[in-house]
Amino acid sequence: MTPDAAPVQSADFWSQLFVLVLATFIGLGVIRRVSRLLHTPLMSITNAISAIAVVGSIIVTGADYPPHIRLLGAIALFASMTNIVSGFLITDRMLKMFKTDRKPGAGEQK
Amino acid sequence: MTPGIVQFAYILATALFIFALHWMNAPKTARQGVMAGVVAMTIAIVVTWAQPEVIHHGWIVLAIVAGFVVGIPLARVPLTAVPQRTALSHAFGGLAAGLVGTAKYYLWLSEGPENLTAFRMIAIIAEIILGYLTFTGSLMAAGKLQEVKWVPQRPVTYPGQNFTNLGLFLIAAGLGIALILHPTADWSPKLFPVIIGLALLFGVLLIIPIGGADMPTVIAILNSYAGLSAVAMGFVLDNKLLITAGALDGSSGLILAIIMCKAMNRSFTNVLFGAFGQVQQITAGGDHKVYKAETIEGAGQVMEQANQVVIIPGYGMAVAQAQHKVRELYDQLKKRGITVKFAIHPVAGRMPGHMNVLLAEADIPYTDLVEMDEINPDMPQVDVALVVGANDVVNPAARSEKSSPIYGMPIIDADRARTVFAIKRSKNPGFAGIDNELYFSDKTWMLFGDAKNVIGDLVKMLGGGSGLH
Repeated sequence: MTPDAAPVQSADFWSQLFVLVLATFIGLGVIRRVSRLLHTPLMSITNAISAIAVVGSIIVTGADYPPHIRLLGAIALFASMTNIVSGFLITDRMLKMFKTDRKPGAGEQK
Repeated sequence: MTPGIVQFAYILATALFIFALHWMNAPKTARQGVMAGVVAMTIAIVVTWAQPEVIHHGWIVLAIVAGFVVGIPLARVPLTAVPQRTALSHAFGGLAAGLVGTAKYYLWLSEGPENLTAFRMIAIIAEIILGYLTFTGSLMAAGKLQEVKWVPQRPVTYPGQNFTNLGLFLIAAGLGIALILHPTADWSPKLFPVIIGLALLFGVLLIIPIGGADMPTVIAILNSYAGLSAVAMGFVLDNKLLITAGALDGSSGLILAIIMCKAMNRSFTNVLFGAFGQVQQITAGGDHKVYKAETIEGAGQVMEQANQVVIIPGYGMAVAQAQHKVRELYDQLKKRGITVKFAIHPVAGRMPGHMNVLLAEADIPYTDLVEMDEINPDMPQVDVALVVGANDVVNPAARSEKSSPIYGMPIIDADRARTVFAIKRSKNPGFAGIDNELYFSDKTWMLFGDAKNVIGDLVKMLGGGSGLH
């Protein structure tokens, strides 16, 4: 049984590198415009996003591999899932707090 | 599920992730960004899970449930604990990458050695070294931030420290190269754990010399490492979604780290290898300068007379949990028609943007949170600058004192305001261990005590005096 027969055997090195370089430029361009007010939420959301490593862990955990390999995958899956759940939730929780308007009776607003 | 659909879903997820970050450019659209991120993540998970090679589901369900069980409480920590939560999540990210790299290596070793091409091996070695060092390094950072007992808070330094660290890293890299050249030799499976061990150790050693004031930079660097380890994982698994998402995370960490370094006028290498934050001995023997203490009543009266008040918060505000009292003070001053702004230094607190989040939590409109560069030109017109638990970021020695370790660091010009009040818990120097000239200036008055109590008393005094309560 060769479970790895399905994915591309000859890892396409150049196209991967291509993607990395382009994605880095997009990342630098997009992140530079993020409001400084939101740097803490930015860090928690990028954290959740990079937990996309979850897709790798799902395959390792669920494919027909020896149990000790799958166990490593399951721990990785747990770690990534924790980051996804807590990352998105806390980002949203923080962002909800950023308001321009005040509660009534709190004095005038410029 | 055909490969075409999977690839299409991954492209869609990539686009949504980019939009998620794009929408973070303003508080108004930012929550939309979170939504986009959640949708993208869900698509990616569902599509991956539905692939035919995934045949065992029990452990997947178990791990996902466990992720929710641990993740939900982690999202509910008090906002003062956000820096350590962030460090902890970098640790998880690094761990996941390290484990997947390990799993893949041993899998291919036993079931398809032909997969262990030189290129794949380079990616695997990069993945495990970055992953595991991020894991222990971030755990150490989280421990320092949480003030866990057995993790030293002050920087730990010893002679030859940089030499030891560099040597250790070179050994790990050298062994890695040996493995890349001979991935399937008899000794290879035994060498692999040695590299893991070295990476784990290196992560610890890299963080122990780092002090509290440098945490914002270090967290940003670890953020970048976590992203890079995801990129390496993408190379190992030939997954472009992983490469893209990892690159976004990595570049975000990089930009934040650069901003933090600029805000301290220091370089990356200086932060990582400079062992900042030790108490300086030279100042101890110097002449004894005198603080001028002020009473709450006196300070309150001066503030009432002011037209413009600028509050400069620092980590001390977070420690004292004083942000809600600060809001009450803000309300009292606003009631009197006084303009109140908050001056935010980029490295105030323990992670990028820390102060903004705390003040937003206390319901202060973000339009009154002003960046250092914007507020400094106005400082000479400011009647009262109130320093709440900040120290190094208002230390004028950064402008004038060439011998000072913080010389050249951009600061908030509190000393240019007409009157300065500084709240300080004790008479000890700040985290960088440097005396602050600001406190001895003619126009500075000290309010000693816990920030929460001092501001609470100010609020009471102002509230009582005006007869509005």
